Amino acid sequence: MDDIAIELRGIDKSFGLVHANKDINLKVRKGTIHGIIGENGAGKSTLMSILYGFYQADRGEILVCGKQVSIRDPNTAISVGIGMVHQHFMLVENFTVLENVMLGAEDSQILNKGINKARQELKRLEKEYALEVNPDALIEELPVGLQQRVEILKALYRRADILILDEPTGVLTPAEADHLFRILGQLKAQGKTIILITHKLREIMAITDEVSVMRRGEMVATRTTRETTVEELAELMVGRRVLLRVQKGEAKPGDVKLAVQGLTVKDSRGVTMVDDVSFEVRAGEIVGIAGVAGNGQSELLEAIAGIRRATSGTVLLNGRSVDVTGHRDPAELRARGLAHVPEDRHHVGLVLKFEESENAILGYHNDPRYLNGVFLDIDAIRKDAEEKIAKYDIRPPNARLKTANFSGGNQQKIVLAREMERGPDVLIIGQPTRGVDVGAIEFIHKRIIEMRDQGKAVLLVSVELDEIRSLSDRILVMFAGRVVGERSPEASEGELGLLMAGVEGRKEAAG
Amino acid sequence: MSTPYAKLPGWVEYGLVPLVNLAVAFLVAGLVVLLVGENPLEAAYHLINGAFGRGEYIGFTLYYATTFIFTGLAVAVAFHAGLFNIGGEGQAYVGGIGVALACLWLDKVMPWYVVFPLAILGSVFFGALWAFLPGWLQAKRGSHIVITTIMFNFIASSLMVYLLTRVLKPLGSMAPQTRTFAEGGQLPKLDWLLSIFGLDVGTAPFNISFLLALAAAFGVWVLIWRTRLGYEMRTMGHSPSAARYAGIRESRITVITMMISGGLAGMMALNPIMGEQFRMQLDFVQGAGFVGIAVALMGRSHPGGIIPAAILFGVLYQGGAEIAFEMPSISRDMIVIIQGLVILFAGALENMFRPAITRAFAMRGQRAAAVVQAKGA
Repeated sequence: MDDIAIELRGIDKSFGLVHANKDINLKVRKGTIHGIIGENGAGKSTLMSILYGFYQADRGEILVCGKQVSIRDPNTAISVGIGMVHQHFMLVENFTVLENVMLGAEDSQILNKGINKARQELKRLEKEYALEVNPDALIEELPVGLQQRVEILKALYRRADILILDEPTGVLTPAEADHLFRILGQLKAQGKTIILITHKLREIMAITDEVSVMRRGEMVATRTTRETTVEELAELMVGRRVLLRVQKGEAKPGDVKLAVQGLTVKDSRGVTMVDDVSFEVRAGEIVGIAGVAGNGQSELLEAIAGIRRATSGTVLLNGRSVDVTGHRDPAELRARGLAHVPEDRHHVGLVLKFEESENAILGYHNDPRYLNGVFLDIDAIRKDAEEKIAKYDIRPPNARLKTANFSGGNQQKIVLAREMERGPDVLIIGQPTRGVDVGAIEFIHKRIIEMRDQGKAVLLVSVELDEIRSLSDRILVMFAGRVVGERSPEASEGELGLLMAGVEGRKEAAG
Repeated sequence: MSTPYAKLPGWVEYGLVPLVNLAVAFLVAGLVVLLVGENPLEAAYHLINGAFGRGEYIGFTLYYATTFIFTGLAVAVAFHAGLFNIGGEGQAYVGGIGVALACLWLDKVMPWYVVFPLAILGSVFFGALWAFLPGWLQAKRGSHIVITTIMFNFIASSLMVYLLTRVLKPLGSMAPQTRTFAEGGQLPKLDWLLSIFGLDVGTAPFNISFLLALAAAFGVWVLIWRTRLGYEMRTMGHSPSAARYAGIRESRITVITMMISGGLAGMMALNPIMGEQFRMQLDFVQGAGFVGIAVALMGRSHPGGIIPAAILFGVLYQGGAEIAFEMPSISRDMIVIIQGLVILFAGALENMFRPAITRAFAMRGQRAAAVVQAKGA
């Protein structure tokens, strides 16, 4: 068949006891945008890594344009016309765009010749695909959206006809994502084939022609996008019906539990990450902080939680001040009723090499409940962990299992159970559902609403705008370290998107 | 994939994998012996016979093992908190001061069982003191512990030369060493322990500090896995960012861990000083502090692994000496090469055979599962 760009036949891959890809068959038609969707750990990335030559399949065949190929490494993948845009960009930060594009494809030992050729080629690509970017700009000075464009140019420069994009919108503002989609449309119109890996159903519906769904290492279905619905895809991904909208009643805000005034945080290089931020969170409400990743939300959370030193400003917890600029003690804050679900559960919220039960006391390990003098009371710790496992439906229900062996959603539940079961007055949560499967998202959202209804003050940071809009009672938008606006959750996505991009905000600040 | 290889059964993880690594190390060592033009089987015979052939040989093997248990535990404790203490050598050396002082003070008036506890305290105090300084420098000034502990080894060396030539040396003696201790400074041998098995310890200095080493191993296990301090140490070792999040003070844990580590290294001094030579000599540590690193690596920083690893190195020391004695063309340096190979395969290359072994077990597991399913149907 002529119109098939890529065909996978019976691809199978195991890592030890983990069967990551089971007998995968897939056909991607030429000149289409083909979405691959699935929960974290469904095997999407493994499959694409096999296609790009990072891993070898244990069994199965790969056909590119009808010809069987053996892709041993990324170089072979490039030579048969496959290019990849990674989720985490593979760019040299202190090189220019031009240098990055020609890196690894310099053609000769003398750079000059290559540079001239690359410059001309870049110009041609820019014209053909409307991918404007200054070839002499340094990567580190470019915004994320443009860096991604450089990644795409890199693939095109190597004459890729088939482009794989791995979670490309994770770091983009809604406007940048729209721009990316326009570029992808352009590439498609020029006859390129695009494989888009994502877990965002909305993106699939917006730009793909066909979509394949993976679940637990298997390819469970392929649909024509026009003929399917978000609900059907979600069900295919999870294997059961899921509730996509969060149901919640009216908020009944009470006293101010957390008050932040003029908080400013600088990083180790002296760059201002959080700039004079003030807000309040009341009992019984969820305040959401929206923003593109890297606009100071993480630093704000860390400063409030006592992990990062603030340069100036005050924080009042339950009306009493917290020494955010001087001696910070997360343990003391916990005792005073602050619970913190950190953004990065792998490095901060959990110790992956610990048993589940050991993580269930992280930060609360000084509680006499878990201690026998200086000794740990292992029985009490395990019993406590088992209760939480039952209550939060953590699977597998084994308190002695290494935490690394739980799925992302269950790991997040371990953190949530630990922080929520303490009955804190103030709960601050960063990225509650990052890398969490759809089924667990539903559960986590419900628990957060429950906390609110129990009269807790909840501060929520997420880069998923949908999540912020569906959970929050009030939304603050952060851009470049400042809170640039407050909106109600009914505000349109476009309006919030402009704020997140700093467009509206500047006007407001000026006026 | 964050965990590319699934968990193996315990006996494979802690039994089979190290054994395979060890077997390969000896195979390669055999090739080296072959290259020198000697018979590897003969060398292997002398190694095993020299280590286990007689009660006396076993006594020597366990005497060396005692030393390595202490230094191995010292390195392991620091590993658990994410600290790489290379200063075991210097800490053990300085720990010797505590042992010597206790013995010189009381050996003539008190029996060994009074002097011994004081000597333990002394060795722990001086060893911990020598580790405290690098720990404190790391915690307060950010000086890297790997660098400072190495430098402290050299300082310890000079300090001990000074003490043994100027301060602790008896008047009129030419040798850089303390006077020989009277009975109170001499530990009893564990001849009765070997005689249970019908063995005669002979002249081997296998002494009661072996039991202290076993007790220390148990103590380390309790500390690491059963106390709050151990929990905090492990948290910091696995993830400093998680420790900060949990309100664990990095500087406090760094200093305390280093002191415990140094104390354990210091206890090593008891074995040669009170157990063998009955005096403190120049350079009595003889590289045991560095061997401790290999022992901790091979024993996976677990006391249950450190004891067998220490015995293995005891075998290499004692059996290796026999090889050098019986086969003159194999020099003492060859023994060091063999030890190096063991460290290479058991420590640095310990993951070399793991994927294959994991695959084999995965296939076995699948077959077993298929059988269960077939029966179920």
